Amino acid sequence: MRLELRGITKRFGSLVANDHIDLTIEPGEIHALLGENGAGKTTLMNVLYGLTQPDEGQIVVDGEPVRFRTPGHAIRAGIGMVHQHFMLIPVFTVAENVMLGVERTKRLGFLDRRRARRDVQELSKRYGLAVDPDAVVEDLPVGVQQRVEIIKALLRQANVLILDEPTAVLTPQEIEDLFGVMRSLRDSGRSIVFITHKLKEVKAVADRITVIRRGRVVTTTTPAATEAELASLMVGRPVMLRVDKGPSRPGAPVLEVRDLRVLDDRGQTVVDGVTFGVRAGEIVAVAGVQGNGQTELTEAIMGLRPVAGGSIRVNGREMVGRSPREVLMAGVGYVPEDRQHDGLIVDFSVADNLILDMYHRPPFASGPSLRPRVVQESARQRSEEFDVRLTSIDDPASALSGGNQQKLVLARELSRPIQLFVAAQPTRGVDVGSTEFLHRRIVQQRDSGVAVLIVSSELDEVISLADRIAVMYRGRITGIVPPDTPREQIGLLMAGAGATGDGAVPPGRRPAASEGSVAVGEAEPTRRPR
Amino acid sequence: MSLSLDVRRLSRPGVLESLSRARARVVTRTRVIGALSVGLGVVMVLPFGLGTKAGEMALLGLAGTTTAVHVPDMPVPVRPVCLALGAVCILTGLALMPRPLSRKAGNRVLGGVLVLFVFCLISWAAAGSHMDLVGLGNDTLVRSIPLILGALAGILYERSGVINIAIEGQLLVGAFAGAIIGSAIGDLWLGLVGAAVSGALLGLLLGYFCLRYLVDQVIMGVVLDVFALGITNYLYDRLLVPYQNSLNSPSVFPNIAVPGLSSIPIIGPIFFDANILLYLCYILLIVVHVALFHTRWGLRVRAVGEHPLAADTVGIKVIATRYGNIILGGLIAGLGGAYFTIGSVGAFGKDISSGDGFIALAAVIFGGWRPAGALLAALLFGFADALQNILGILGAPIPSEFLLMAPYLATILAVAGLVGKVRPPGADGKPYVKS
Ligand SMILES: Nc1ncnc2c1ncn2[C@@H]1O[C@H](COP(=O)(O)OP(=O)(O)OP(=O)(O)O)[C@@H](O)[C@H]1O
Ligand SMILES: [Mg+2]
Repeated sequence: MRLELRGITKRFGSLVANDHIDLTIEPGEIHALLGENGAGKTTLMNVLYGLTQPDEGQIVVDGEPVRFRTPGHAIRAGIGMVHQHFMLIPVFTVAENVMLGVERTKRLGFLDRRRARRDVQELSKRYGLAVDPDAVVEDLPVGVQQRVEIIKALLRQANVLILDEPTAVLTPQEIEDLFGVMRSLRDSGRSIVFITHKLKEVKAVADRITVIRRGRVVTTTTPAATEAELASLMVGRPVMLRVDKGPSRPGAPVLEVRDLRVLDDRGQTVVDGVTFGVRAGEIVAVAGVQGNGQTELTEAIMGLRPVAGGSIRVNGREMVGRSPREVLMAGVGYVPEDRQHDGLIVDFSVADNLILDMYHRPPFASGPSLRPRVVQESARQRSEEFDVRLTSIDDPASALSGGNQQKLVLARELSRPIQLFVAAQPTRGVDVGSTEFLHRRIVQQRDSGVAVLIVSSELDEVISLADRIAVMYRGRITGIVPPDTPREQIGLLMAGAGATGDGAVPPGRRPAASEGSVAVGEAEPTRRPR
Repeated sequence: MSLSLDVRRLSRPGVLESLSRARARVVTRTRVIGALSVGLGVVMVLPFGLGTKAGEMALLGLAGTTTAVHVPDMPVPVRPVCLALGAVCILTGLALMPRPLSRKAGNRVLGGVLVLFVFCLISWAAAGSHMDLVGLGNDTLVRSIPLILGALAGILYERSGVINIAIEGQLLVGAFAGAIIGSAIGDLWLGLVGAAVSGALLGLLLGYFCLRYLVDQVIMGVVLDVFALGITNYLYDRLLVPYQNSLNSPSVFPNIAVPGLSSIPIIGPIFFDANILLYLCYILLIVVHVALFHTRWGLRVRAVGEHPLAADTVGIKVIATRYGNIILGGLIAGLGGAYFTIGSVGAFGKDISSGDGFIALAAVIFGGWRPAGALLAALLFGFADALQNILGILGAPIPSEFLLMAPYLATILAVAGLVGKVRPPGADGKPYVKS
């Protein structure tokens, strides 16, 4: 199926999200869509999927002009979409979610659950997308939820599959698996529109690349282009793909975590005797495959999750048992992993979101009342400073593109006086230009004496930001190493090597937090320019 | 992914901890149940048992009125029975406290204790006279009819994401339409149809304002309740009072004793000797449950109520689905309204539904947005009503208002602490707007 978009234009008020976009998706190709946050990629795909109506322009399927008034039309035309923010019913099972809209029924409209289950199992086997059809979706990790979304599209016999930032929430292994699935789909003649901010991925999997900037197509190119070229095409200026930072000058310990044990919602131990520290003026990054306790670690530090044992001190004060607000007010800035659920109140305006943890204090409040003028003024400054692309600070945060929502959270947390900055996946879904900027801001914070704790599943980010890297595996810290440690070795630690070992020192008990670096194993850390 | 699953499986200490945490929860729950048992047991022993003269008997009737089979009355020696059952409750409670129970077992114990308590309460109230137990059961069911139908309507609305505060109004217009049509045309069946349609029309008004113009659903519901009350009052004064004989004297649906089933002792006269509306309840309860949870239609409805955008992305028409449920629910609520007039007393009176719509709404929530749960809640409220009525007739030595309070108190306790958390549909009350 050959799909053409001709002159698609979509406006939101005065903002032109898509400006006469022409795009052709050939059968059997993986077509990457690159562009800054707010460039209009999601909007374009929503138009293609019938979720929004274009103001101008035409969609052409195999030479025939068509109109998709609802997603139902698009689905029938063979278009499937995995949304940036998943479209699954949390309380339904996998099978129910997959069959929704194309239900298998017996007589009288009774659901044929057995057939639905079998359909899921078949697709799951054919494309290597492991899921349990009877699991309830809200209990599943995002990586699996995404597989459910893909199965959903495949069951509807999508010929064109749109994947909107599918890799943002995946682990490296899951990304590899996804690429495998994408390639096998392509080889079976289907086409894929692949949106991502990670240039490496584009180069690894795409057949053609279209770059969009501020609603316009800049160019269509091939993966032969270098990352630097692609980045500057996207942003419109040269981008530093590496973080420029001097050596750290660690001061007094700010965060001290000792023998921390934390349980997840099911009551399983997910942080298991973790001990480490972060000093003023240094960045410690926690590396590890997602789901090894990193999220719970940050939540415990923030008082969002009860602690089963151990201690967390900030500037010497015990934080275990304190409320999140007390932790925030102790000078801790926090960027949660899920911006839409925990980082923002998406129905609130941008301005209000920027004062969520400061609204009760001067200068935003005087006595019991807010000072709207100050709130507005500071919101304007913050969004400008952090380059949050928006039409108005009075718009709800939900009107921002995914990456701009993320920038909004960072803008809020980095613009109040803090001594400790805790960020989980700080640049998830953020484009290269903004990532560069955010990284620079984080390093600035460090240089001004803030202790920084970053959790990231992105090894590149970890290596380029960190002064020390703590690797987590199965709830334990398997090693704390300097950032020039060879990747292979970090990879080994992430897979549990060096810790699962034969009665070695329990990882939590290593004198890790005391010195800047503890090499694990014999291998000599060698400098490796990247 | 497989990795993180492994983590969970492999961390043995984790399993133990989770057990200990779950245990802590179970322990407090069990303590609450235990304490409640002891408390109720004390009431059974002191005022009920010792407060009755020794040797006084209560005659509990099990025969019912119409059944062919003769079941003798059950004589209950009030004092010893209350003392004994009270002691059982106290001992159960004490024995329970140190021993954690599973949720299910805990609920069973609690249910058992409550049944014993109610039995003692009835015996105590009937001491020295006769009480028709079967009649009480039948009365409970019949009084629950508008609650059950109202709650089913509420479930249909809220499962599709529309909050319906207007159940009360729908009952009221249903009652009115049933009476006036039943009386003017003289056909009760037409009255029933008219009642259903009027409920649906009121629902459509809610839909029009809330789905089309995105008016807040709660506010609109309240407005419609006030509107329904106002217009029925007005029409009552203007039409029904002056033309009492032609417009407000419908006959009522006769009781139908289901052949066969109604002659089962005890069960028969309670469940199978009532008018058509109760049988409609049985059918609708089953139909709504099966349709919601086992058909394509139900899956789509629930999807729309949980996450309309997701439903939209798989081609389900969100607004149309909501309108559909508004109409269906409105029909059912209107039927419930018919109970007040052509289903029981015949003539319409001002505010004849007297807040039952709001109680039905409570039943929706207490019942966890499920027909079976709502049925239980509705029966509890219906029982409270019936009991208060009968205790009033018997002249029990406690203020009947106080008695009336007890089941509600029990419900609040149960919902707050014991039943566990219930979750409303994800998009309940939220309008769906497409960009
Ligand atoms: N419903 C809406 N109302 C107003 N503005 C909107 C709406 N949806 C999107 N926009 C604006 O349109 C622009 C394009 O947004 P879009 O979500 O398409 O960006 P994107 O390219 O997907 O970005 P990202 O990479 O951050 O996801 C943004 O500036 C956004 O603020
Ligand atoms: Mg996007």
